[in-house]
Formats: sequence, C-alpha cells, structure tokens
Amino acid sequence: MSDLFEPNIVAFVCNWCTYTGADLAGTSRLTMAPNVRIIRLPCTGRIDTLFILKAFERGADGVIVSGCHPADCHYTAGNYHARRRFAVFRELMEFAGIDPQRVTFSWVSASEGGKWAEVVNNATEQVRRLGPFQKYPSPAAHAGEIACKS
Amino acid sequence: MSRIGVFICHCGENIGRTVDCARVAQSLGDLPGVVHSVDYKYMCSDPGQVLIKQAIQEKNLDGIVVGACSPHMHEKTFRKAAASAGLNPFLCEMANLREHCSWIHEDRELATEKAIALGRFIVEKIKYNRPLSTIYIPVERRALVIGGGIAGIQAALDIADGGRDVILVEKESSIGGHMSQLSETFPTLDCSQCILTPRMVEVAQHPRIKLLAYSEVESVDGYIGNFQVKIRRKARSVDETKCNGCGECQKNCPNKKIPSEFDQGLGTRTAIYVPFPQAVPNIPVIDRASCALFRGRAKGVKKVVCGKCAEVCGRNAVDFDQQDSFVTEKVGAIVVATGYQLYSIGKSQELDILRGYGEYGYGTIPDVIDGLQFERLASASGPTGGKILRPSDGKEPKKIVFLQCIGSRDPAKGIEYCSKICCMYVAKHTMLYHHKVHDGKAVVFYMDIRAGGKGYDEFVRRAIEESHALYLRGRVSRLSRDGDVIRVQGFDTLSGEPVVINADMVVLATAMRPQPGIAALAQKLSVSYDQHGFLNEAHPKLRPVETNTAGVFLAGACQSPRDIPDSVAMASATASKVLGLFSKELLEREPLIARVDRMTCTGCFHCERVCPYGAVERKTLTDSKGRIIKVIAEVNQGVCQGCGTCQATCPSKSVELDGFTDEQIYAAVNAI
Repeated sequence: MSDLFEPNIVAFVCNWCTYTGADLAGTSRLTMAPNVRIIRLPCTGRIDTLFILKAFERGADGVIVSGCHPADCHYTAGNYHARRRFAVFRELMEFAGIDPQRVTFSWVSASEGGKWAEVVNNATEQVRRLGPFQKYPSPAAHAGEIACKS
Repeated sequence: MSRIGVFICHCGENIGRTVDCARVAQSLGDLPGVVHSVDYKYMCSDPGQVLIKQAIQEKNLDGIVVGACSPHMHEKTFRKAAASAGLNPFLCEMANLREHCSWIHEDRELATEKAIALGRFIVEKIKYNRPLSTIYIPVERRALVIGGGIAGIQAALDIADGGRDVILVEKESSIGGHMSQLSETFPTLDCSQCILTPRMVEVAQHPRIKLLAYSEVESVDGYIGNFQVKIRRKARSVDETKCNGCGECQKNCPNKKIPSEFDQGLGTRTAIYVPFPQAVPNIPVIDRASCALFRGRAKGVKKVVCGKCAEVCGRNAVDFDQQDSFVTEKVGAIVVATGYQLYSIGKSQELDILRGYGEYGYGTIPDVIDGLQFERLASASGPTGGKILRPSDGKEPKKIVFLQCIGSRDPAKGIEYCSKICCMYVAKHTMLYHHKVHDGKAVVFYMDIRAGGKGYDEFVRRAIEESHALYLRGRVSRLSRDGDVIRVQGFDTLSGEPVVINADMVVLATAMRPQPGIAALAQKLSVSYDQHGFLNEAHPKLRPVETNTAGVFLAGACQSPRDIPDSVAMASATASKVLGLFSKELLEREPLIARVDRMTCTGCFHCERVCPYGAVERKTLTDSKGRIIKVIAEVNQGVCQGCGTCQATCPSKSVELDGFTDEQIYAAVNAI
C-alpha cells in the first residue's frame, strides 16, 4: 500500500446535492479512498473553471466536479450553466496541458451516498494510474517538442 | 484576519477513533494567523460551546474554525455560539471531519492527514471572511392562490379566515375543480357537491377573498414577500358587473348540442353557458369557438349571424367586443393548487412517454369510459340524472368491468408511479353501481389493492363483501366489440386462468397527471418539477408543502397524486405557512448573496442572462449633473438566492458572492 502513489484530489461540489450525498456516505459509513478533499460551494454554477486550473497549479493530481442532477438543481438552473461551461472547458483542458482523464464530472444527488463513494474511488484509481500531475510543460520544452516533430 | 481560533471536536469516539484530534489541533495551530487551537470531546455540548465563547472573548478572536461534523448538522449551533460571544456569526466556519473523514476512512494516519488538510482549507478561507449582517425585507401581506379546486378553496379560506387578503385565480369560468364533478366521495359516500358548494359560496362571499375566475397567471416577478403577479382576465363576453346569473341567455342560445366538458362529453351545453348550475361565480361565458356569432366573425361574415343572448339579456351584460384584460397584483406568498387531469388514453400522442392503450378501444367503443365519466353518470346532477346508463344506447348495463392501473404503474406504456386514488374510487364505483343497479355485477381487474388511509381498507372490503364486487387480480389484454357487448379478455393470476367476460360497459381507472401547462407555470414561478410534470416540494419529508423558491407553496395534486383529504390537509398546511410568513412585518434572510462592484462592472449583463431568479437589475449611474456614466448590473437582495452562477460567469470579475468569494475559494485551493 505504501509504495502506491497516493494522489491528491480536490472535489468542488455543490452544497445541496453532492455535499449532502457525501454526508450520507459518511452516515452510512461507506469506506472510500482518503485522497479526495471537498471544497463546498453553493452550486456547481458557482464553480469557475479557473478553480480547476488553480488546483492543478497548486499541486492537485486530479479534480472532481459534482453537483445536482440535471433538473434537480436547488437553484433551478445553476447546474445547466455549469454543464455548458464544462463542456467547453473539457476542450480547453488538453490545450492547457491537463489530461482530461484527471478531471471527473459527475452528478451525485443528496440520496446517492453510494454513488459518491464510487465516484471517489474511481477517480482515485484513475488518477493513480495516470501518476503525479506534471506541472505545465515550460514553453521552451514545448517549443522543442514542436521543433522535433516538424 | 489574524486572530483565528481552531476547535477540533472528537465527537465522542466518532472522530477521535480514526483521526488523531490532538495532532490536528496542533498542526492547524501552527498555521500563520491561528492564535488558539484546542481539541475537546464534545464541542457542540454546553461546556464545549462555553469553551469557544471564552476563547473568543479572552483571546479576542476574529474568526473561528470548528472541525467537527457536517455544517448541515451544527453550523447554526456554532454560529449562534459565536454571535453570543460577540463575534459576527459569518466569521465562524466548519470543517467536516466526521461525515467526510473519520466515518469513511479506516487508516488513522491517512485520515488524520486528510483532516488536517480539510481544516487547513477552512482556516485559509476564513482569513477572507467578512462580517455580514442579516438582511431584512418587507412583506406584502396578501396571498395569491392559483387554482380554485378543493385545495385552492381550502387554502384561500384558511388564509382569509386568518385575517389576510387572498386573490384566488381560477382558469375555468367557475371554481370547484374536479371535486365538483364527483358524485359521492370515499370512504364516507357523502355527496361531493353537498360538501363542496357551501365552501364555494363562502369563497365568493368572503370579504377578504378576491375571486378572479376565468383568469390565468401571465407572469410572476419578484421574490418572497414581494411578488408582482400579472393576471390575464380572459374575455368572458359577459360583463361580470352587470350579469345577475338569471340564465335567460342560456335558455335562448340556439346552439345546444356542444359536448359539455363538465359532463366529460356525456352531456351537452349551449355556446353561452355556466359549466354547472351551482357555478361560482354564476356568470356565463361564451365559448367563442362554438358560438355562431363569433364563428361568423372569424369567417369574415359581415351580417350578424346570431346575438340571441344579447337580445334576451335584460341587463345588457353580453358584450361581444370584450377583450382579454390584465391586472397586476402585489402579493407576499403564492400557493399553487393547480390540481390534475386524467391520463386520456385517447390522446396518447401528446406525450411521447405515453404509448397509449389502443387495445382498450377508448374513443372507438362508446361504452368504454373513464372514471370521471362514470362519476358524471352516477351524479344526481349528471346527464342521466344519476342513472347508470350506457352512452351508446341508454340501456342499463348489467355487467360492468372496471380496469385499474390504466397508465399508472406501467413504465412500458404509461407512467411508473401509482395514482393513489384509483383503488379507492373504483371500490366506490362498484358500490354506487350496486346501490343503483341491484341486479348488476361489477368485476374489477386490479394489480394490487392500495387502500392505505383511515377507513380505506374497510371501504374496499365493503365493496367486495356487501356490494359483491368480484375482484380479479390480473390485467386485461384486449377489449373488443362483440355485437351489443364488450368482450373483455383478461387473465386471473391467482387462479392462473385466462378470463373472458362479456361486459355491457367498461370503466378505465386512468392515471392522474398534472394539468397541461404546468411546466410553463413552474417556469414562471421558478419551481422545479419532476419528469412527469409534478411540482417538486423542498423536502419530501420535512418540507412537503414548501418549494425551493421561497414564498411559493404547493397544495394538492399539482405535487403528486392526492385524494381529497390529502389535498385539504396540504392546503391548510400551506395556509399555516403563509400566515406564519405574514405574522412578521420584515423577513430575515441569510446574507449569502451576490454583490456587484460598481467600479469594474462593464454592463455586459451576462449575469442577467444566467441568473435563475431574475435577480439582476439594470442600474444607471449618473454624475452629479445627471449625465449618464454607465449602466451596470445590480443584484436585488430580496430575489438573489446565492447560487453564484453570476460570479462564475462574469468576465470582468465584478460580482462577488458573499460567503463564497473568489478570494475565499482561491485561499482554500491554495492550501492544497
């Protein structure tokens, strides 16, 4: 166990569904990987994609974003805006030097404690497989790479 | 913020077992800005809270972090404790070391490490917390009730009796709803009209109720305590102030063959009509689609084709030129009581999830009817005067087959939920039939009997034992016409035998569905609804009549299938919520809402587009001479619910959501 890479994963979750779902996982005593640290926000609509980039910059190896299921948003539509935002952001991640597999988007409702445990375990496994996140490649290294290719 | 106190709770053994609380306290105590850090067995207990209060005062703390259970559990407790020690409650935050850590991990080392990280996030975040003060907003102490069925009537009467003004909006020309169509009601078999119509009259005569019948809600603006509702008063073509309900116009209308909606198409009405004699208000309406005069007008015929009703009206109340008009009302709370419709298997194409039951011949075999049609046949005021007669030939049916769960509990063809009332009303129908046709035989095909409720199961037993209804457990595969009778091919699953019954009439207990147009209304009110269109309550158990939009409440079958006692109970519950709300002059609100920075806002209004509540308003900034500088966004404090979508969308970073500002979140992220 000790030689395994233990990734550092940050979860941005909404207060009403996923945070409460994670609470439920706790009250149900569902054991899960200890690698995920939750940051609570009112709604996925509040999640600025820059939070995700910042998390990687500050040493996270993976990020989870999770909120209410479509049509279940406590604020009616915040999760729809989030969904649109992340659909675009996914395209940009690779450009920013982040393997999209490091970021998990999911919907976990307040009654899905089991699903939250699954999301946490799957994300941990996935990021563990990918290994530690290497900081954005320096422009020089990147330039060299491009030069080699051409 | 430089004087932070950290309080780590063991929660007895709950946290202490897997997390080394002393080490967490020590480690967080080493963070810059933390001047006090302790651990304690039970932080939420009285001595635990005293510990916090003393530390705040003695060490002059300007922020506290409590590492304990979920903030959903005890944030209020600790914020209250902080406030009582003189610290602004919004300078207290919680780190969730129990549900999100000790309860879900076994490895003490890793759990302790995680607990320290979770604590560190909050310590870093709280450095940027600002003291916030509770927001007070004024309340307009009048209520709007949408829907004049039994739920709406009950809610309106209860609120009005509580001393507050009510506006009751009903889209039909009379209040009463579906209950006014019923013959008798389960489980007491008292006459529906007899118990309902006095309540309807009470509504009309109540000095605190303003009844707007034949009207619909056009738009809703504002927020709890301060809604502005625009109501469309549809053109009746009859002046309500002049009409005295004498009924001469109806007697003289030459068009008498229009199927009556109130009688579910079994009876007829005139083009100018009241839906039923006890209508409230007792003022007729002209059905412009059927009226000869209006049809003539629509075709561009110059000559006036009819106009009989206007000729005979002694009070000149008929007004063919009346137009829809609008009224705007200010209210503080809204009760939604829009009720239900029956799943019409003849119109299955309207919703693609409903595949329909072509094999049941509804609409093609005249003697296959639905539950509400049977109610009209059994009703003393119905088209047959209370005699059970076949629609096709007017003969008395000697054998009626009732089919339950048509559309309900059938994900393949209909909808998966149980409509709740059908078991009971089918039992009632078998009794009514037995009382009226003594030699008749009722056969019921059922899936399960669901008769939960006071006196309900006894009622079904009575239908079986005293009214001799034959209950067969199973479904029917096909109904076909065989000369004069309907051939019912079914299967009795208890005996394992196929059954063929020649019935004179078949009654389908079709599913309850929300009213058409419910989605549009829900959007006007910002209330969410489920995949079937039923409106969502705020919490299925603890807040069953509230919605997630503050100030909007739900009564009756708009929320899920409900019978009359349930609807009435819900309506009274909403009334008590509304009266509770109106007992204060000012409303308290958590101040976790968005703010716009006037200096940096560029007025792009992306925030306005994404705000689910319409809380963003446009504000014009002028200089001292009144010249316009720019138009910027401003957040209406009463409307904003604090989701923060605006902040994440703002390109110039000019919106800040208090409690979750960018500074706070980045501080937490930086602490990774």
